[in-house]
Amino acid sequence: MAPSKVVLRFPAAIADKPIIFHLVKDYDLMINILKANINPHKEGTMVLDVVGEKTEAGLDFLRRQGVGVQPLTEDIVRNEERCTHCGACTAICPTGALYLERPAMFVRFDSEACVVCQLCVRACPMHAMEVRF
Amino acid sequence: MAEKTFAEINAKIRAGKAVVVTAEELVQFVAEKGVGRAAKEVDVVTTGTFAPMCSSGAFFNFGHSAPRIKFHRVWLNNVPAYAGLAAVDAFLGATALPEEDPLNKNHPGEFRYGGGHVIEDLVAGRPVRLKALGYGTDCYPRREIETVVTLNDLNEAVLFNPRNAYQNYNCAVNLGPKTLYTYMGVLKPRLGNAHYSTSGQLSPLLKDPYFRTIGVGTRIFLGGGTGYVVWNGTQHFPGLLALPEGAPPVPAGGTLAVLGDLKQMSPQWLRGTSMLGYGATLSVGIGIPIPVLNEEVCYWASRPDSELYAPVVDYAEAYPNRRPGNLGFVSYAELKSGRIIIEGKEVPTAPLSSYVKAREISNILKQWILEGKFLLGEPVQLLPGPDAGITPKTLEIRDSGRRNR
Ligand code: SF4
Ligand code: SF4
Repeated sequence: MAPSKVVLRFPAAIADKPIIFHLVKDYDLMINILKANINPHKEGTMVLDVVGEKTEAGLDFLRRQGVGVQPLTEDIVRNEERCTHCGACTAICPTGALYLERPAMFVRFDSEACVVCQLCVRACPMHAMEVRF
Repeated sequence: MAEKTFAEINAKIRAGKAVVVTAEELVQFVAEKGVGRAAKEVDVVTTGTFAPMCSSGAFFNFGHSAPRIKFHRVWLNNVPAYAGLAAVDAFLGATALPEEDPLNKNHPGEFRYGGGHVIEDLVAGRPVRLKALGYGTDCYPRREIETVVTLNDLNEAVLFNPRNAYQNYNCAVNLGPKTLYTYMGVLKPRLGNAHYSTSGQLSPLLKDPYFRTIGVGTRIFLGGGTGYVVWNGTQHFPGLLALPEGAPPVPAGGTLAVLGDLKQMSPQWLRGTSMLGYGATLSVGIGIPIPVLNEEVCYWASRPDSELYAPVVDYAEAYPNRRPGNLGFVSYAELKSGRIIIEGKEVPTAPLSSYVKAREISNILKQWILEGKFLLGEPVQLLPGPDAGITPKTLEIRDSGRRNR
């Protein structure tokens, strides 16, 4: 069975298109939007709960539109021991879940805002961001 | 006003009477009470920086096995070290990579482990696999050795970093159409972000731009232990960058060569570091005390983020092709605010250098001095400053004329 929770990443060119609407209309899916975010570069990220028989076909449709689709089976955690508060992740994180607290310049991680895109996992020079299954 | 000497300040430190402030505190002090009063009252200003510094590494002497071996090739946790020294001496560079590393074959490579990580493992007290090959001599008959060592097992382990503590550094951006994976981090296309890498108003060499106090023999905080400035760093270009519109010139690229006993250091301040798509390196914590010898030294040490500027450089075309020029200057105050304007576009900024750790280092060093356990080292020779007229040399491609031999 297809995963019920998925992370979607929309490139800027299609972030404003009514794509989710088609999931409901053409694929009879029940959609619950858990998180949604559009960054200043107009790239969108969304975490959906999807229920319905045609889930897999619906996700294929998304992929054809250029949307990145990833199952949400993981959580991102920060290894506080390894994090040096350098800040290298803060302009990479698309949702602002990793951000600098000014003026003290501590790097904070708001896991509520994290959409598990995992960009920070490879970009963090200290390997402080970890995937937990 | 009267000048202070290193000896006078050290006497005060010994007596527990020295007034020590961090560079961050000095900025505040001078803004409130003026530079004249600060120069009179403050004896030492402590600075700090914590960032990836690729030109780092360590010398080791492993002691002799029975029978003896003369290293011809040597590896630590499979990372090659340089063995072109005496029998069991070796130098391990921070950016060295394991033999089987896929590098950038699957771009961007992850570079999860390298020389910097070996150094971190050693200072953390973790055992490290030593493997070496010899070719066998009458006095060093063994041809192969494989064993496990810890830092305590070694005769000497000396951190020796030929280029650290860059005075100032580029703010890196990407004008091109695709994501770049650089030593300045991941740069998103079309000015998607801007990365910078100094601690600004806490950064050691930005606080002594004319090298009035720092030289060979300056005692420093290095990797959590005590170290020394032993020479200028490689690519030491201390000339000042001219800012447009008559603004005060900003320091460019002075650097330091530093050395210290690895056995005193801690993994908190020496960290193996991986730059996605670029390589492995070592993040190094450095703190330098600046003696307030006079008002001029105090003036420079108290310059705030708003008066310190970094050049903005494009890493898509200009940097890789060594094209001169830049996209203008931005102050560290602007960089730290989180947004700068480049070519009319608002660009989010992020540091690679930890300001939090830099501040912590400046505070630890302050504490060491207040407790009287860290005295200032008076340089036996100051480093070349802006007046030395040093200009960068470039590497030109010439025909060696040896092709037919
Ligand atoms: S890049 Fe890694 S080490 Fe640096 S602040 Fe982010 S999580 Fe912490
Ligand atoms: S996975 Fe990392 S980069 Fe992606 S949203 Fe979460 S914190 Fe940000």
